[in-house]
Amino acid sequence: MTQIFAYIPHQGGVAADISFEFPEAAKKLDAAATLTAVVTGSGADLDKVANSLTSLYAEVIKIDNEALAYPNGEVVRKALVNVLDANAIVLAAHDTFGMDLCPGLSIKMDSAYVADVVEFEGVDGSLLKTVRQELGGAVSTHVTCDIAAGAVITIRPGAFAPVEAGQSGAVADKSADAGDLAGKRRFLEIVEAEVGDVDITKSDVLVSVGRGIEEEDNIEIAQELAEAMHAVVSCSRPIVDAKWLEKSRQVGTSGLTVKPKVYMAMGISGSFQHMGGVKGNPFIVAVNKNPKAPIFQVADVGIVEDILEFMPELTEKVKSL
Amino acid sequence: MEILVCVKRVPDTAENEFELNSVGNDLDRDDLVFSVNEWDNYAVEEAIQIVDNVGGSVTVVTVGDDESEEVLRREMAMGANNGVLLSDDAFEGSDGKGIASILKAEVEKGSYDLILAGAQADEGAGQVAGMLAAMLDLPYASLVNKVEVGEGKVTVGREIEGGNQEMNEIDLPCVLSIQTGINEPRYVGIRGIRKVAKVEIPVRSASDLGVDAAVIGDANAKVKRVDYFVPDLGEGAEMLEGSTDEIIATLIEKLKSKGGL
Ligand SMILES: Cc1cc2nc3c(=O)[nH]c(=O)nc-3n(C[C@H](O)[C@H](O)[C@H](O)COP(=O)(O)OP(=O)(O)OC[C@H]3O[C@@H](n4cnc5c(N)ncnc54)[C@H](O)[C@@H]3O)c2cc1C
Repeated sequence: MTQIFAYIPHQGGVAADISFEFPEAAKKLDAAATLTAVVTGSGADLDKVANSLTSLYAEVIKIDNEALAYPNGEVVRKALVNVLDANAIVLAAHDTFGMDLCPGLSIKMDSAYVADVVEFEGVDGSLLKTVRQELGGAVSTHVTCDIAAGAVITIRPGAFAPVEAGQSGAVADKSADAGDLAGKRRFLEIVEAEVGDVDITKSDVLVSVGRGIEEEDNIEIAQELAEAMHAVVSCSRPIVDAKWLEKSRQVGTSGLTVKPKVYMAMGISGSFQHMGGVKGNPFIVAVNKNPKAPIFQVADVGIVEDILEFMPELTEKVKSL
Repeated sequence: MEILVCVKRVPDTAENEFELNSVGNDLDRDDLVFSVNEWDNYAVEEAIQIVDNVGGSVTVVTVGDDESEEVLRREMAMGANNGVLLSDDAFEGSDGKGIASILKAEVEKGSYDLILAGAQADEGAGQVAGMLAAMLDLPYASLVNKVEVGEGKVTVGREIEGGNQEMNEIDLPCVLSIQTGINEPRYVGIRGIRKVAKVEIPVRSASDLGVDAAVIGDANAKVKRVDYFVPDLGEGAEMLEGSTDEIIATLIEKLKSKGGL
């Protein structure tokens, strides 16, 4: 029987949202498999998380160690290799920690690795069929994975429906099996993101610019539209990477989470890392010169135009209202 | 400091509108525009800046076909000292683990203090650097957006959720995957490319590298892409059509009703 383990990310004693999504993913992967949550950490926070998970998982393994107090990919990997069955399927989140942990984990467990899975389409023999995206979400692919000798698979946060609590599981303490957890990488501290001059999370309307703005000088065009709409300018990551706007304007998983009423995506392709920061089901207007841009799949209204021409015209019309 | 940077030639997402072929199972590969993976330029820039500060050399390496040579030259035009192309029909169809195994063989031929790669490439898996580190038993940090070189170690910042930065100390030699925004990659002009046009780039095959044949190529890949497709994601956006004036008039009405104006 296939054994699936879900590695649970958590912070401050609270399991991440994706812990509600692993059970659905596991069911789609193999409805007959057993599913066990695995959580690493230290002390009271860990106990709190482990206990909370018993309402979602029939079995919860906790691994408690000082060295695991802060999630360090190298150290967590050692603990998991020592505790988990080598032929198991390990599910983890495709987030910044999953990306750190999982490629190396798959090597040390000598199992196959598939990253950022958005759907499972069943097992044929030992071949698991998965769905992924490539090229920043522009295309989808079917990828098969031979799971005979185990697999490490990260799933995209939000891709699988969350389940309701309904289990009454038990916590098993496997701390004693974790083995030697000395590592060559040591956690120092967290440096918090800088707070900027405007708070994009407070605005009901955002005019958000992406790489389609093409040049730094063109940011002004978006600012004029935002002014006319009494909105605030936010942006995608490449605009911050290019230092055209401050980090505090960036929407997305590695930026800020916003919950506006209206989100104007101007020249943004719609990658999941960007859309991951757009919450609260806003009315999304996408303007993009590429009719195939993935943003049109998630937007409410789509317009195929050049933003450098469209935005000034919209600004004029809005001003004349 | 001897630095190796792993780079990849990829379809340029800014320059292409991706379409499926007539059979509908693969990208239409005619006229695709390729470039260096975006993340790799940041990795190469970081390597060059480190060497400018503490001395040493930068080598860029890629697993690919003849055409991949152009991305090596581009990175050499940026300032990388050497390029190496790992190329063999036997490499074709390798999965992430296969690619990491090929790179491992090249790493073991040299003596590198630091190995860099882009945090991810066209497939969005972000897997090769972490696999390579584990195979070499070297410490690893992903999504690095700050590097400070110390004695026998580096202090690195990792970009984590919310734009916060996780600071770590990591022993050398090590492998780092580099996140965009860590620096501002220098511009490469046509003259820069011309300067390195004649530099010899060694090509290494499976047998030159002595790579384990049991882990490379399509036959040994545990993970395989079977096709490309366009998902049916329901309705999608309501597309506004007509003249720009008409579109704007409709949009304004919608914005009014949704609280946008
Ligand atoms: C770990 C990690 C975290 C990340 N976190 C974030 C994050 O927090 N936020 C974020 O945004 N990204 C994030 N990214 C990056 C993300 O994957 C994408 O690369 C990024 O969102 C792309 O930004 P974009 O849509 O502006 O650019 P592109 O994908 O290049 O899209 C530009 C779009 O503009 C269109 N366009 C071009 N010119 C015009 C024009 N004149 N008029 C109209 N349309 C035009 C193009 O058709 C294209 O669709 C992260 C990546 C990683 C690996």
